[in-house]
Amino acid sequence: MIRLKDSLAALALTVGMVCAQGAAAQGTLRVGMTASDIPLTTGQTDQGGEGMRFMGYTVYDSLIEWDLSSADKPSVLIPGLATEWMVDPDDKTKWTFKIREGVTFHDGSPFTAQVAVWNFDKLLKDDSEQYDSRQAAQGKSRIPAVASYTAIDDHTLEIITKSPDATLPYQLAWILMSSEANWETLDKDWEKVAAAPSGTGPWKLESFVPRERAELVPNAAFWDATRVPKLDKMVLIPLPEPNARSAALLSGQVDWIEAPAPDTIPAMTGNGFVVSSNAYPHNWTWHLSRLEGSPWNDIRVRKAANLAIDREGMGALLGGLMVPAKGFLPPSSQWFGTPDFEVKYDPEAAKALLAEAGYGPDAPLKVKALISPSGSGQMLPLPMNEYIQQNLAEVGIEVEFMVVEWNQMINLWRAGAADASVDGSQSINFTYFIQDPFTGLIRHLSCDLIAPNGTNWGHYCDPEMQALFDQIKTTFDPVEQDAVLKTTHEKFVNEALFLMVTHDVAPRAMSPKVKGFVQAQNWYQNFSSITME
Amino acid sequence: MFAYFLRRLILVMPVAFGVSVICFLLVQIAPGDPLTAIMPVDATAEEQAAMRAVYGLDKPLPVQYAIWVAKLAQGDMGRSIASGRPVAGEVFGAVQNSLLLALSAAAIAFPIGIFLGFLAGYFRDTPIDRAVTAISIAGVSVPNYWLGIVLVIIFSVNLGWLPSMGAGPGGSQDWAWDWLHMRHLVLPAVTLAVVPIGIVARTVRALAGDILTMDFVQALYAKGMSRGDVLRHVARNAAATALSVMGLQLGYLLGGSILIETVFNWPGSGFLLSNAIFQRDLPLLQGTILVLALFFVAMNLVVDVAQAAIDPRIKRT
Repeated sequence: MIRLKDSLAALALTVGMVCAQGAAAQGTLRVGMTASDIPLTTGQTDQGGEGMRFMGYTVYDSLIEWDLSSADKPSVLIPGLATEWMVDPDDKTKWTFKIREGVTFHDGSPFTAQVAVWNFDKLLKDDSEQYDSRQAAQGKSRIPAVASYTAIDDHTLEIITKSPDATLPYQLAWILMSSEANWETLDKDWEKVAAAPSGTGPWKLESFVPRERAELVPNAAFWDATRVPKLDKMVLIPLPEPNARSAALLSGQVDWIEAPAPDTIPAMTGNGFVVSSNAYPHNWTWHLSRLEGSPWNDIRVRKAANLAIDREGMGALLGGLMVPAKGFLPPSSQWFGTPDFEVKYDPEAAKALLAEAGYGPDAPLKVKALISPSGSGQMLPLPMNEYIQQNLAEVGIEVEFMVVEWNQMINLWRAGAADASVDGSQSINFTYFIQDPFTGLIRHLSCDLIAPNGTNWGHYCDPEMQALFDQIKTTFDPVEQDAVLKTTHEKFVNEALFLMVTHDVAPRAMSPKVKGFVQAQNWYQNFSSITME
Repeated sequence: MFAYFLRRLILVMPVAFGVSVICFLLVQIAPGDPLTAIMPVDATAEEQAAMRAVYGLDKPLPVQYAIWVAKLAQGDMGRSIASGRPVAGEVFGAVQNSLLLALSAAAIAFPIGIFLGFLAGYFRDTPIDRAVTAISIAGVSVPNYWLGIVLVIIFSVNLGWLPSMGAGPGGSQDWAWDWLHMRHLVLPAVTLAVVPIGIVARTVRALAGDILTMDFVQALYAKGMSRGDVLRHVARNAAATALSVMGLQLGYLLGGSILIETVFNWPGSGFLLSNAIFQRDLPLLQGTILVLALFFVAMNLVVDVAQAAIDPRIKRT
């Protein structure tokens, strides 16, 4: 009897354990990243959007975050480590943030307003003990509005901006909070922190081998119970070569790859792999020179070029993985507005506009364009640019390319259209991260950001546009600010200020075993909902 | 012999100096900016200037070179701009992985190349010779990165027998001599072995063919020596030249596997070099090229000394 009882108890225990395992154990997700190294692990990540995606919003949090819960609507800002924020009605440079209570870092230390101040010093105060030039290189330029910051009490943070700037919440979404206690425990040495970092995010870094792999495990104590990861583990593997990435997925060495090459997608879908994609704030344009003598100063020429591009035809070249541009921002953007100028393929209208501008078969327009053979976010720049060259030739615009390698392209972009190094090029094919008002609109055309002092490559300066940019910064009501952003974007489109070609859709291929992923319309993603079948 | 070794060792010094100058200058010539790897593309000019000062990139080139060499003399190769990690750790870790791959490829290539070469040399102008020559030419001519991709498609993607990338389930730090890890080595090593198989086979074929026609070989047969013993003499005569070719090939295998390491995501010096080039990571680039170049110089030294030891006809003073 005793034996029977023992056996039944053992059986019940075994069944219970199996069931419990079934409920908790949701497998390991192995991700092939496009980066060539594990992104910086200490807080402020490197490796661009991919770094923030996999090592930023996984291990860390910011005061204000992006809502990554929906695939159907554009991402908006939501409370993160700050539960609410407000600007002083009498002093529009003074902001108050309420810090979320009860949040702890992975090392168990509490997140407070004082820790937030310590983190700002880490980036901005170069004589502070915790100043880290590597993190500062990534973070400082993201918060240009911040003048000073003070912890009023444990749960109240005050930030003063240099001038009234309603885009501050967007800027703060970049800044990730590291643990002061962990840094102190590790001899105040950021190198040691890199090996054993501590954030407040939903994932904890368990181990990493530089350039080879990083292993993240769930933070069961994460402050948002709905975002506690369901997986047992997420392994990040740098796989910069596209064919190696595809082969790793097809041979079952990874379960997910970022940015599969378009020509491998039929093989993947044919073998049961799933390709996920969605619109997100990215554009692929020609940024036009507006220096004196540039043919792009004529609005008829700009409109003609925009009407000459067969964007649907380009879709075939990209395996359908693109959203044809209807403006500078993707059509699904909350700031798209209702522009009057319709960006479409109409070569006859293009020819008519060119004729009106004095160009025709006997007097073709000749332009010089800077392009790169590859580059981060550039999609397939060579065939795409050759396609555009052909489209423009059909309406009477002859394009000569100046091809430079990507790293050098970044230099030429920073230098601006007037620099001798661009050798008279009148446009640059540079893809843009356009997720917030500053990166999306202001930085490209603001008079005070003309290159090389800023990122206004083409030297555009228009008082009317500048007034709109100022209005964006001084409109503190989010709904009203959205309205100004729409008006601004309408001006971008109506005046055809760029050659607006396409938007990437962030394709990622994954094994059919991967379940529960919702691809947000954002550069960052939420991996907490994923399970492995 | 010792004097010869010492003289060669002293000659290595100016070569190493020349290599260090070329390493330093070559990477400066390339257009691009190392700060691109560590700063957002839209960082302001002021922020870029501040960061340039942090890394000493604002100093004149001769000053940068002097600082680099002074640190090198103390065993400090600097820090990678992109990763912030010490270059020495990065380079030597990667070189170890490349050495593992290069030696594995050599272990495949050299015996096969020698065997095929002897076979072709012995059966000169026969169908066997022509078949070996065809194999050698194919080995040398086929782009090995293309072959690597084809092997991945066949053995990893279609058959699922071998992994397509990486240095083991836990990365190179957990390397062990078991099948779980060694299976990661098979495809890159075989792919890398194809070119040296061709080169060694052609070299040995030419050597064996020539030696077999020499008078002393006829004399050995006339003395009644067995075919095996005669071939041993032939092998000994061919060894010195074959060794120098194989030594150079080993150097190429170590330093010239950028494409193979990229195709197979093998964390070696070629993979490191390729990333350093794209990121304009000057300290890492300089350190990696320097170590590989010095390895090549050392390899030449070892081959020269070994040649002198093997072949008594090579008289050195």
